[in-house]
Amino acid sequence: MNAMADVKVIKTAAETALAQAYSAARDQLPGDDAVAAQREAAFALFAKDGLPHRRIEEWKYTDLRALMREAKPLASPPDADAKARAKTAAAFLGDVETRRLVFVDGAFVPELSDLAALEPGLAVGSLADALTEGDAAVLAHLGRLAPKGDLAVALNTAFMGDGAVIRIASGATIERPLHLCFVSSQKPAATFVRSLMTVAPGARAMLIESHEGPSGSDYQVNAALEMVVGDGAHVDHVKIIADGAEALHVSTLAAAVGAKARFNAFTFTMGGAVVRNQIFLNFDGEDTVAGIRGATLVRDRQHADTTLVANHIARGCQSREMFKTVLDDEAHGVFQGRIIVRHGAQKTDAKMMTRALLLSDRAEADNKPELEIFADDVQCGHGATSGALDEELKFYLMARGIPAAEAEALLIQAFLGEAIEGIEHAGLREALTDCANGWLRARGKR
Amino acid sequence: MPLLEIKNLHVEIDGKQILKGVDLTVNAGEVHAIMGPNGSGKSTLAYALAGKEGYTPTAGEVLFNGKNIFAMEPDERAAAGLFLAFQYPLEIPGVATMTFLRTALNAQRRKRGDAELSTPEFIKKVREVSGKLGIEQEMLRRAVNVGFSGGEKKRNEILQMALLEPVLAVLDETDSGLDIDALRIVSDGVNRLRGPQRAFVVITHYQRLLNYIVPDVVHVLSRGRIVKTGGKELAHELEARGYAEFHEEAAA
Repeated sequence: MNAMADVKVIKTAAETALAQAYSAARDQLPGDDAVAAQREAAFALFAKDGLPHRRIEEWKYTDLRALMREAKPLASPPDADAKARAKTAAAFLGDVETRRLVFVDGAFVPELSDLAALEPGLAVGSLADALTEGDAAVLAHLGRLAPKGDLAVALNTAFMGDGAVIRIASGATIERPLHLCFVSSQKPAATFVRSLMTVAPGARAMLIESHEGPSGSDYQVNAALEMVVGDGAHVDHVKIIADGAEALHVSTLAAAVGAKARFNAFTFTMGGAVVRNQIFLNFDGEDTVAGIRGATLVRDRQHADTTLVANHIARGCQSREMFKTVLDDEAHGVFQGRIIVRHGAQKTDAKMMTRALLLSDRAEADNKPELEIFADDVQCGHGATSGALDEELKFYLMARGIPAAEAEALLIQAFLGEAIEGIEHAGLREALTDCANGWLRARGKR
Repeated sequence: MPLLEIKNLHVEIDGKQILKGVDLTVNAGEVHAIMGPNGSGKSTLAYALAGKEGYTPTAGEVLFNGKNIFAMEPDERAAAGLFLAFQYPLEIPGVATMTFLRTALNAQRRKRGDAELSTPEFIKKVREVSGKLGIEQEMLRRAVNVGFSGGEKKRNEILQMALLEPVLAVLDETDSGLDIDALRIVSDGVNRLRGPQRAFVVITHYQRLLNYIVPDVVHVLSRGRIVKTGGKELAHELEARGYAEFHEEAAA
């Protein structure tokens, strides 16, 4: 008898449920045979490895196998109630004028979306339509940018149902920010949205992506966005994670950036019980300037993980990575940032800074910055700090008459400011500053 | 009633006794200078009055306008009219000087039951005060003390003082690290605020500052006690003779 034959991977309840959900759904999911094959390959990876866990280096601090005890059923199409509630979504944006594309429980809702009078050079649509119609331009990019070995992406690819498809033509400037507004309803369900944005050379656009849902529902979000940024394009991406207090949120941004482009990405994380925010960037063209930033505010027992891979392939690119995390109570913050400089990426200038501010003795911050450099003429650096509020500064403020709670709030705002100031859109910068201030006020009231 | 009454004040830091029975009475309208050698406890006295953590009073009392100062938080002391000009003003990256000034002023006004100043009212007031002190508007747009020279930091302290209009200002070695021009600006700022309702405690190592801010009373602090009190001529004596004799007196 071969002892090896007895070794079986024991599947968790969530893994078993995902496998069942996939067999039940695979024939109904949109797309032609090529898409179906992509789904099969992606699911095969998951079937082999299961949910990522702490013994996989990239998931060391976010053990999804332990954190995701069950897999929720795939969300059914939203009912009228759910759609009605989504009308008031994205209050956190304040009065920032956007072109809103609304998705409720993972499905595009055209009647809530702003599809009128599209600017010249802008095309928007739903992924479900693109897959059903076999849109060749979409299929050419889909799955090409997101890392194939990543298990979160694999699950997204296997189950992707709907999402946004945005195309911006060469040289077009889209003044009004586009807003992908993902809203989860009360039902504890799973959504897998996949979006694609292609920005042709010389074009300019801003994309806001927000995720929200009610507290009191342990819904699950797995969202992925693939983005192609053409030569000389200027793209700003801002993601706001404002999910309900019990939600599980996994999302991925995968972008390929061309030459002489400007690319800014910012993630603002406030909501969700478990959040994994993944950013994979390829700097494929020379002399691009990129700013990758984030601000995270978490409390209670929230877990928020930002995992970044900035891959410098072409020469002469500059990237600045700046991530700030504020942790209260028993919150757990994770930052894993890796800058890779490939052999040909001479004259790369990459600097990464990650800082955690711990407001409680029980909070935990794990920072893992990494540099992998294969070129010899580069300027790269990283720094990581974590610590409590500076008592000396607090005393200085109090000695000027500022009460303790207000002094702390001022210092926390200042701490976050360095990251938030990287957002080029003034209105959005203010809206997110207000969000942070709201968080701080709520903290002061407890 | 005196503005400030310090009686037999003992203060320790990390279990080490620094102040060993300080007595000092300051009336409204007076300027007191506290001089003394390094390590005599001058800054400890300043920090203890402002309420810095770790500066623990172990005996004695301090009454500010008749109220026990140790029952008040640092911000409450400030709102009650106490101001400490720091020897080493801190840099606060990310907090604009204007935000800092407005937050402080309005927090104090709130606590005193006064209406907060609106943004235009506040800006007008800051312009007025900073103009008198020769402070550039550009400096106010920067983060608090970040990238300021030593002189600019001290001037910023005086600006805060002028804006907050305390009844008692404690200046902790405000002259240290200042050249003559900066010293004159800082002293002018203080002198302009002098008046019958307001008192100053000027802590300094050198007599030089007291040529510009002429005190009514001069105290010598040595080894945690005030060992001599006199008029402004005492400062000149100290300048001529040094602090050596007070080391001996205090030790005796």
